[in-house]
Amino acid sequence: MSPEIRNRQIAWRMALLVVLALAAAAAFMLLQARGSWDFLLPFRGRKLAALAVVAVAVALSTVVFQTVTQNRILTPSIMGFDALYVLIQTGMVFGLGAGRVSTLDPRLMFGLELAAMILFALLLFRWMFGPRARNLHLLMLVGIVLGTLFRSISGFLQRIIDPDSFTVLQDRLFASFNSVDPSLLTLSALLVAGLALVIWRLVPELDVLALGREAAIGLGVPQERLVHGLLVLVTVLVALSTALVGPVTFLGLLVANLAYLLMPTGRHAVLLPASALIALITLIGGQTLLERVLHYDTALAVVVEFAGGLVFILLVIRGVAR
Amino acid sequence: MIEIDAVERRYDGVAVLSEVTLSLPKGGLTAIIGPNGAGKSTLLSVMGRLQKPDAGRVTLQGLELSRASGREVAKKLALLRQDNHTAARLTVRDLVGFGRYPHSRGNPGPEDHAQVTRALATLGLEPLADRFLDQLSGGQRQRAHIAMVLAQDTDCILLDEPLNNLDISHAVRIITLVRDAARQMGKTVVVVLHDINMAAAHCDRIVVMKGGRVLRHGTPAELMQAEFLSEVYETPITVHELAGRLVAVY
Ligand SMILES: Nc1ncnc2c1ncn2[C@@H]1O[C@H](COP(=O)(O)OP(=O)(O)O)[C@@H](O)[C@H]1O
Ligand SMILES: [Mg+2]
Repeated sequence: MSPEIRNRQIAWRMALLVVLALAAAAAFMLLQARGSWDFLLPFRGRKLAALAVVAVAVALSTVVFQTVTQNRILTPSIMGFDALYVLIQTGMVFGLGAGRVSTLDPRLMFGLELAAMILFALLLFRWMFGPRARNLHLLMLVGIVLGTLFRSISGFLQRIIDPDSFTVLQDRLFASFNSVDPSLLTLSALLVAGLALVIWRLVPELDVLALGREAAIGLGVPQERLVHGLLVLVTVLVALSTALVGPVTFLGLLVANLAYLLMPTGRHAVLLPASALIALITLIGGQTLLERVLHYDTALAVVVEFAGGLVFILLVIRGVAR
Repeated sequence: MIEIDAVERRYDGVAVLSEVTLSLPKGGLTAIIGPNGAGKSTLLSVMGRLQKPDAGRVTLQGLELSRASGREVAKKLALLRQDNHTAARLTVRDLVGFGRYPHSRGNPGPEDHAQVTRALATLGLEPLADRFLDQLSGGQRQRAHIAMVLAQDTDCILLDEPLNNLDISHAVRIITLVRDAARQMGKTVVVVLHDINMAAAHCDRIVVMKGGRVLRHGTPAELMQAEFLSEVYETPITVHELAGRLVAVY
């Protein structure tokens, strides 16, 4: 296929994704608008914004993570990252006590949690993706075990915590697609936009990193520094999305692999926006369909996890993890 | 041009390179030969700063590799590794284009496109330019990676077993190509070869390695000695003069 035809194909598909994402957003805002717009507009607008922030954060973090770690099957969530975030949140409330936590500025609290998370994540990465490459299946297993471990410790702490603290914690942890934590929305939106801009400026470097560690060093990219920097970005994005809607294990895997499938190219200038658009369509379109058309209230996470889980199993069976 | 000074490299405490000291002048084609596991690939990746030596240092045009900026080195030195696996979905043209990254930083201009076109033509890759790498044969993929190294347009080129997977015609074309680049354009080219006769026929210097050490370094005429080669490869080898060349028979 000549490059012109391929580029045209990519452009058309990207345009289609944009149209679908806009249509999903419009449907989300307009369908079944009973009641006054004064109430509906800000209410739905906030929810739409939250879904958009989560979609972009999950898509970008997954694609960047997969490029940096040279695989298409591990994602930050599969490696137990969002579970780690929940654990840190629980640990903070457990350690500091409900009284102190509820008087703290949520943004300060978020900053502290983020710092702890970045520290742990980098240690984990250093071990997992250090100079000596480790077997992908081993990493997958370790990630799943770690995720379970983090979740169990969180569960244990939540059980032995005093009731007051638990109430505070519950408010934070039971965020979902239906009950977005509004206190962090503006901050998250700004942060995600800023990080997306940073990632966008690193697109040429991401393309080079995708060639592998040795090739990247050979081409003069400061590989180690860049990888660490990008992993910090990924960690912040995961924390932001988890803070907004709670853990979603397979969404990233689903949208990243759909983007690879749809776009016949390795260029991040295409893959990043494509995966973000697919995530927007999945989340906003899915939410509209389930909430407005089918009237299921809590099903989006379940449906997304189901579809993503199927993709995960498919990838494992097809031997993408070699 | 390239000074390797008392370089050591260990894996898990086992020395893979010991006290390797070599000085390669500017211009000319140098072959590194030696049995499997001699440390040839390790030496090349230390020279190409893909691995840090545990002791000693490498300087390139007076630039100490461990201190120089990666980008500065990438404009002076290009390296072909022994196994080139890329997971990314790339066409041959995309891959060769990456050779221009140190110069263009992802924003290629007319000069970059010209270099890519030239590298594709030099390796006879035009008909394959828009194929994806996973749709190529091993030899075609090898040529694509060599084209990427050429597109980088550096004074110093390191090639680890570039003739792997290639048929006789492409092997001769590529060795002639790098020899001409070395002799006519003053490039410093180092190739790891397994074919001693190829090394003797085309290279200006040969470095013989074994057990992580440089055994000898000299011209083909100095090193094409039956007794020495038999010892290095632990195999009976005789050397004959044939059509004006020294040919090893084994
Ligand atoms: N990553 C590694 N870990 C441990 N040992 C290694 C590694 N890479 C190479 N070696 C060992 O180092 C020695 C030299 O390897 P190499 O430089 O690839 O040899 P050559 O290219 O001459 O065949 C071999 O004995 C090999 O087993
Ligand atoms: Mg080798």
